[in-house]
Amino acid sequence: MSIPFTTQIIYLLASILLLVAFAMLSQRRILSLINLFAWQGLVLSVSTFVVAYSTAQHHLYYSAVLTLLLKVLVLPWLLHRLIRKLNVKWDVETLINIPTTMLVGIALVIFAFNLAAPISQLSESITRGLIGIALASVLLSLLMMITRRKAVPQVVGFLAMENGLFFAATSATHGMPLVVELGIALDVLVGTFIFGIFFFQLRETFDSLDITHMEKLKDDNS
Amino acid sequence: MIDLQLTALLLAPLLGGLLLALFGSRRWAAELNSLMSFCTFAASVALTIRVIDSGPQVAFNEQFFIDQFNVFLVALTAFVAFTTSLFSRPYMRIEQHHGKLTTSMLHLYYSMYQLFTFAMLVALTTNNMGIIWVAMEAATLTTVLLVSLYRTPASLEAAWKYFILCGVGIALALFGTILLYFAAERVLGQGGTALLWTHLNEVKGELEPTVLKLAFIFLLVGYGTKIGLVPLHSWLPDAHAEGPTPVSAVLSGLLLNVALCAVMRSKVLVDGSLGTHFAGNLMMGFGLLSVVVAALFLSRQKDIKRMFAYSSIEHMGLITFAFGMGGKVATFAAMLHMTMHSLTKSAIFFAVGHAVQKSGTQQMENIRGMLQISPTVGWGLMLGTFAILGMPPFGVFASEFLIITTAMHDYPWTTPILLIALGIAFAAIFGKVQPIVFGETTAKPLPHSPALIPVFAHLLLVLILGLYMPPYLANWYRQAAVLLG
Amino acid sequence: MENTNLTLGILLQLCQLLLVVLMAPLLMGWVNQCRAWLQNRSGPGLLQPYCTLRKLFHKDAVLAHDASPLFRMTPYIVFGCMWLAAAIIPIIAVDLPFSPAADVIALVGIFALARVFIALAAMDIGTAFGTLGARREMLVSFLAEPALLMVFFTSSLISHSTQLPHIVETFAHHEFVLYPSLAFASVAFVMILLAENARIPVDNPSTHLELTMIHEAMILEYSARHLALVEWASSLKLLAYISIGIALFLPQGIAGVGNWNALPLAVAALLLKLVAAGAGLALLEALIAKMRIFRVPEFLGTAFLLAVLGLLIHFLLGA
Repeated sequence: MSIPFTTQIIYLLASILLLVAFAMLSQRRILSLINLFAWQGLVLSVSTFVVAYSTAQHHLYYSAVLTLLLKVLVLPWLLHRLIRKLNVKWDVETLINIPTTMLVGIALVIFAFNLAAPISQLSESITRGLIGIALASVLLSLLMMITRRKAVPQVVGFLAMENGLFFAATSATHGMPLVVELGIALDVLVGTFIFGIFFFQLRETFDSLDITHMEKLKDDNS
Repeated sequence: MIDLQLTALLLAPLLGGLLLALFGSRRWAAELNSLMSFCTFAASVALTIRVIDSGPQVAFNEQFFIDQFNVFLVALTAFVAFTTSLFSRPYMRIEQHHGKLTTSMLHLYYSMYQLFTFAMLVALTTNNMGIIWVAMEAATLTTVLLVSLYRTPASLEAAWKYFILCGVGIALALFGTILLYFAAERVLGQGGTALLWTHLNEVKGELEPTVLKLAFIFLLVGYGTKIGLVPLHSWLPDAHAEGPTPVSAVLSGLLLNVALCAVMRSKVLVDGSLGTHFAGNLMMGFGLLSVVVAALFLSRQKDIKRMFAYSSIEHMGLITFAFGMGGKVATFAAMLHMTMHSLTKSAIFFAVGHAVQKSGTQQMENIRGMLQISPTVGWGLMLGTFAILGMPPFGVFASEFLIITTAMHDYPWTTPILLIALGIAFAAIFGKVQPIVFGETTAKPLPHSPALIPVFAHLLLVLILGLYMPPYLANWYRQAAVLLG
Repeated sequence: MENTNLTLGILLQLCQLLLVVLMAPLLMGWVNQCRAWLQNRSGPGLLQPYCTLRKLFHKDAVLAHDASPLFRMTPYIVFGCMWLAAAIIPIIAVDLPFSPAADVIALVGIFALARVFIALAAMDIGTAFGTLGARREMLVSFLAEPALLMVFFTSSLISHSTQLPHIVETFAHHEFVLYPSLAFASVAFVMILLAENARIPVDNPSTHLELTMIHEAMILEYSARHLALVEWASSLKLLAYISIGIALFLPQGIAGVGNWNALPLAVAALLLKLVAAGAGLALLEALIAKMRIFRVPEFLGTAFLLAVLGLLIHFLLGA
């Protein structure tokens, strides 16, 4: 066993990331969902930090701090404020069938691992297996967006997907150039603000944040 | 110095966005919007002349890269953005007069319009594959609030769909970019240069083929959502139909092109790494599917803007197909078709916008007899339709002809599919537009005179290019085609 | 030397046989005692299970009229299975004479055998509760067994063997490595342990509430020595599961091949681990609320998911 200890920690964090993705997939309460999202951000930040430490890449420290600020503090805080203002704090999504979703999730993980297997084999980098995990959590978040019928969980899914991507960027490739990362972070932040504006517009117009109201635009009756 | 032109090009819309964020509710905001767009256009002309004279070059510490291919899109984008701003001045006033828009909505519209132009120009000129992604996402973010500008349930639904679908799509593109970086880092080493397209282009032969293959799939699916390739197209008709018409015009005429440009940048790298026609085949498949599906959907449309949105899907499919075929002639034809489509489709949307304002509805069965109340709008719409359907002597005919003859030569089995799809599209659109133009009318006159100069300017350009292509322009396109291979 | 080792091994094996069968009620008593403390009660005392067993053995057995021989045989079979299972799991030393029999898949088979008999016996009398309990038991085990196998596969893949002694040897005597896959598997295993041993949140061992009971419903008809054997068997089962958990996930301190000097230390370590595990189990039970029977598939589905994830992560990361 010649895997360095830092890599073992990164592997563990990667696994936890995947676990959180599954937990989010099965979480019905909006409030807990946002908390899980914050946890995911924390795991992401710690793993970035560990990667930075083990590879001595200084710009990754900035990334880790950025992640901590944005994804653990600012975005969850924004979302908490939003759901309090929108008065959907205790909303529960009732329509999801958890066992089926979980099975589809497992199938997605297998698919992602298969897709990433050739990449893992050719890289000698210590963190080679992580692309598969990142891809799996991206796909799981995608699945979460598909299964949700309420606007806020969909957005949390969207942000979680961004987390998965960020994990791929920091852990598997040791960080994109800083300017790109800053750009991505800015986009995510602005996107969340726009989503926030949207929530209010939606509620004003539809009296609810249930996106099942929004299935009017079809080719036949337009 | 190229830095100067580039700075001017990017600074004009950015400054415009900031100024309009401050003064967007003033009475002269529309004029300011046009002025800033004109500045952008002027800068793009200067940049174009510069690049055609002295070839591809990098600027600002290699962060920007201009060659014949993207400068052509820059010029096109700046031009259409300018004419659209001219068109939107009276159009938005009429909307305001009809009580559909308030001053604060217009304020938002003007500032976002400029920022949208800025994001597109950054996406086109940047040399960094990561920044392309950031700029594309920024372009989505700026337009999403424009699509829901009217705040009607339908427009909100369209904007939500647009946001979520494009957000997901673009996230996949980010994954593709990360994979690209993953491959590049092994050759170019850590740090800032590993995502620069010029550097990647130099070492594309050494990039790991398995990774690039996967990266390209993600990039194509991701940016393909933006292009509106079937089956990722479902946001496109909604967003075009429910957003304000100037936004439909720039989405259709410009944003789709920019996304395609990003795909082409990746294709060059992937082709170099794989040495096979994998990327091309994938693009041909998506393109062909889009052409066929869009053509079939066209005849079912009742909403006029929706119908032309499907027509955009069809044409983007055709362009993707042509780029996918590869080779100098097909690439040349694809770029020509991109130009023609942008000009024609925005002209059509301008005309459609006024026609809709006159009759107060987007349902085609209620829009009748445009020729009676406003011959210019009627003829604009009719000629635009002729042009987009590929009737000679308009330029679309030339480019479509070129694409189909190339396809006949290289991939004969695709020709009948393309011809049948184009035929169906022709029948569907022509059959629906004809009564709109020539029927009996019930519509009222408008409070402001419509802006039809952009419509006819675009159509005239398309006509001229169809009849005679200046050697200067042909040479430019040919050089760009060589660059893309 | 070879000969002494073998004799010593057999002696040790006999010791373990005796040890587990005597220690199992004590473990049960310890868990109950901890639970009582956590609930602010004084508790029945550590030795209470022994007293119960003695009392039951002194009573006369009452059998239903329709009871078939199967009904009478079942307690012995179940007790035998559990005793065997608990005795062959390497918890003190890895190279005992019986240990080659301790194949993880065989272990699952032994548990399944006992389960089939007890379910059959429950239905044998034909009372409503017996059938209900048997059906619920089968539902639980139907979901728990694949998850348990997945947990075993994960550790088998890491150590390249399905032999428990070999797995223990691999984990215990190599340098410390963090295995994310094993972390997942261990959480899954704890969930399975709770379900299979009729603990909260799946079943409540201390009530006879007809709407919720599973295990108790099946053994309602048993009395006296039969009941004593069944109860003893369930405490053996708990011990066996905890031993498997210790063997798979926390084998440090076990005596290695031929290392007899480490034996006293190994026994001490084992006792410590058992005490900790029992306390942990009681704590878990105090913290979790009993769930409705219809939520049990979700609970076990999660366990299965975790086990599969562990397996997949092992494949991808090799760790």
